[in-house]
Amino acid sequence: MRKGFGDPVADDLRFVVKSLVGEENFVEMWPNKSNNYCCGGGGGFLQSGFTEERRAYGQIKLDQILATKADYCIAACHNCHAQIHDLSELSGKHFPVVHLWTLICLSLGILGPNEREYLGDDLKEVNMPEQKE
Amino acid sequence: MAEEVIDLGKMTRDFKKEAMKIIPGGGNLDLCLNCGTCAAGCPATGLADLDPRKFLRMILLGLDEEATKSPWVWMCTGCQRCIYACPMQIDIPRLVYNARATWPREERPKGILGSCDMALKNASGSAMGASPDDFIFVVEDVLEEVKDTQPGWDELQAPIDKKGAHFFINQNSREPVTEPDELIPLWKLLHVAGIDWTYGSKGWAGENYCMFLADDKSWEHVTRTSIMQCAELGCKVYLNTE
Ligand code: SF4
Ligand code: SF4
Repeated sequence: MRKGFGDPVADDLRFVVKSLVGEENFVEMWPNKSNNYCCGGGGGFLQSGFTEERRAYGQIKLDQILATKADYCIAACHNCHAQIHDLSELSGKHFPVVHLWTLICLSLGILGPNEREYLGDDLKEVNMPEQKE
Repeated sequence: MAEEVIDLGKMTRDFKKEAMKIIPGGGNLDLCLNCGTCAAGCPATGLADLDPRKFLRMILLGLDEEATKSPWVWMCTGCQRCIYACPMQIDIPRLVYNARATWPREERPKGILGSCDMALKNASGSAMGASPDDFIFVVEDVLEEVKDTQPGWDELQAPIDKKGAHFFINQNSREPVTEPDELIPLWKLLHVAGIDWTYGSKGWAGENYCMFLADDKSWEHVTRTSIMQCAELGCKVYLNTE
């Protein structure tokens, strides 16, 4: 969460995520909210050409995510999504990194078959809406 | 860094003086306690042999060239964690931004520079260079496909330049350019929630690499194009999805 907006916005997002996945399935990482670490995708880092440094920067975030032992990582921002996806692949852990819109539509039962690129195999077929013949 | 003794009397500290003029309240720069809290919690610590504390100390000493010309200024993401943790609330990312701005434009990282220049190419403001026509084509194409293949979405909308819509929503270029199917979930959510919204044909792109490039003029141009489109359409709320 952008620190500029502060913890109230982080709390709002937790309300959304817990409503989607269920309170018991939400794993908080540590540290979190304003004390959390940036993933390293921001500030133009992804386009800066300093790939090795960007990944070194992201190591803290990767460790934080792995320590949660969660099956999925939600990234609500594009840069974060690209960076964390890269960290996931590079680490060999291949944990799915999903956009928030994907999860909201999935839980509403309106996520189409072509909109599931970032879901893991366990959720690829879940809550699939009806298709036209 | 230099082995010889630094003669503090000779330092002009121009960078610091300029920065203090711009930063609200002078940025508390002189209040640094040298405690290192910022560096301890910064993921960029150690990259390019620098960290936020060191960077600030160099600027306070007047080592303007060494600090501002370090590639480290492109490795701070501006995340603001250091400000949050600092007992004196010192705005280091703002200094980093100012340091980026001291680089001759053509010497700044090619990827960021290229993305900014792409955004200046046409009225989209897209870092991937997609034109307004490209965007309109993709949106209409994807919308048609949803209606053709998914039942129950005959009323789904993805309006562009809808006058008087409540929300003006921008869109990261990555979806329309590289993964158009990812556009759909947002449209569905807006539809289900009954939101009155529109994209703009101009200024639809949400990303702004000119800001990361520390190119104020171009940053303003890209942002202004988008905001003006929102104003011209008479939208009430500008919603930045980035
Ligand atoms: S945390 Fe603040 S006071 Fe401490 S070294 Fe960093 S800038 Fe200086
Ligand atoms: S804003 Fe920059 S210096 Fe401060 S913690 Fe973040 S990356 Fe480090």
